Amino acid sequence: MSADLLKTPLHALHLELGARMVPFAGYDMPVNYPGGIIAEHKQCRESAALFDVSHMGQVRLVGDDAARALETLVPVDVLGLAVGQQRYALFTDASGGILDDLMVTRREADLLLVVNAGCKDADIRHLVTHIGHRCQVVPLPERALLALQGPRAAEALAHLNPAVSKLVFMTGGAFKLAGADCYVTRSGYTGEDGFEISVPAEAAVALARALINLPEVKPAGLGARDTLRLEAGLCLYGHDIDTRTSPVQAGLTWAIQKVRRPGGERAGHYPGAAAIEGQLAHGVTHKRVGLMALERVPVREGSKLVDAKGHKLGTVTSGTIAPTINQPIAMAYLSAEHAIAKHEVYAEVRGQQVPMRVTPMPFVPHRYFRG
Amino acid sequence: MTTMFTPDHEWINIEDHEAAVVGITLHAQEALGDVVFVDLPAVGKTLKKGEVAGVVESVKAAADLYMPVTGEVVEVNEALRADPSLANSDPMGNGWFFKVHVTDMAEFDQLMDPPGYDALLKTL
Repeated sequence: MSADLLKTPLHALHLELGARMVPFAGYDMPVNYPGGIIAEHKQCRESAALFDVSHMGQVRLVGDDAARALETLVPVDVLGLAVGQQRYALFTDASGGILDDLMVTRREADLLLVVNAGCKDADIRHLVTHIGHRCQVVPLPERALLALQGPRAAEALAHLNPAVSKLVFMTGGAFKLAGADCYVTRSGYTGEDGFEISVPAEAAVALARALINLPEVKPAGLGARDTLRLEAGLCLYGHDIDTRTSPVQAGLTWAIQKVRRPGGERAGHYPGAAAIEGQLAHGVTHKRVGLMALERVPVREGSKLVDAKGHKLGTVTSGTIAPTINQPIAMAYLSAEHAIAKHEVYAEVRGQQVPMRVTPMPFVPHRYFRG
Repeated sequence: MTTMFTPDHEWINIEDHEAAVVGITLHAQEALGDVVFVDLPAVGKTLKKGEVAGVVESVKAAADLYMPVTGEVVEVNEALRADPSLANSDPMGNGWFFKVHVTDMAEFDQLMDPPGYDALLKTL
């Protein structure tokens, strides 16, 4: 392992469990444990899997003006969040591109943000620069983050504290787990029911051990996290979305609530509002779509998409063989006139054309717990 | 010695030089993880040593398969094509990739013997 890689509080536990470690966003992270990615993926779809996502950034925004201030950086209704309510958000840039995607939860005394590991330093600078004068921006490096995901996640976590069962999808609350003061949201990145648990770093190993000792739970690495989120149709920042893609091109307009759209009470006034409003009104030339291959050939990120005559139509941004459905799936940007369900295009793979069909996402139905 | 190894973590068994068996090593399948797809060369094709003979893909990654020696591909493992996980469960046996008719035994002799390959693995 390279000496300058960062370690999460669970690093020694990953090694003890026999994980294969890889560098990811500056951290030495488990890509899989000895069971392998497919077994871990199925564990999450069938029972429950525990992921260490402590490399992600946790940031508090503190102050009466925090929600209003954050709305100047995201096209999202933050003010409207009730205490305990969580929402998906996007930092946009002046041209309407996506700087990062994040989760925002309104708590009693602050807003809790969870941002991508690879973007967290830039995100914190962005927050301090633009809204640091209106609220306190408090990074939380002293907290770990665990994701417990799967149809039996709620049953498993209830062994540690039955009160977590009252949470529904995209809500959160403070709970004692294995003796530690945790903040738990019912959310995740797999398409399954599950929880993300913010836990003090010094209590993270004891909590992780308590969870993986439960019969329902096994550890899973970043490899399975990636195949799970792809089946669930969820974007990976730096691949499916980045500064060259807007929320409209990415098909994330659902994340822009009515109150922030033209005609809404707090419309616009976020970076790139003019560009994004123009796209909402007039459409876009390229759109993110799901694709399923008609032959059993994996189609990877970077593969060119063409029509029957070989004209370029777009590019694949994520792709794998989906473990649940055992079919090659991908996300891609396609020119809008081809971004229509059941439309067929070809992916160029090693000089051959693999037929693919535009497929509505998610590829595997979401099973969130909405109460 | 009937089985030799390449720096690309492939093995070749030359018990029958008209149909020497080629596969990936235990180390290679461990490094790749769950193998989900293999692209095998066309039977009858003659490839030079070092040329790309196929592709092996896991959930996470794709790797080229190289020709360990020059020769004609005489058979491919259709069972592996149907069930690529054989490359994980039995890489040195039922998870073989293809068979090649070896014409230049000197190329075979230049490959690593088992102690040589073990020494290479220790450096990784």
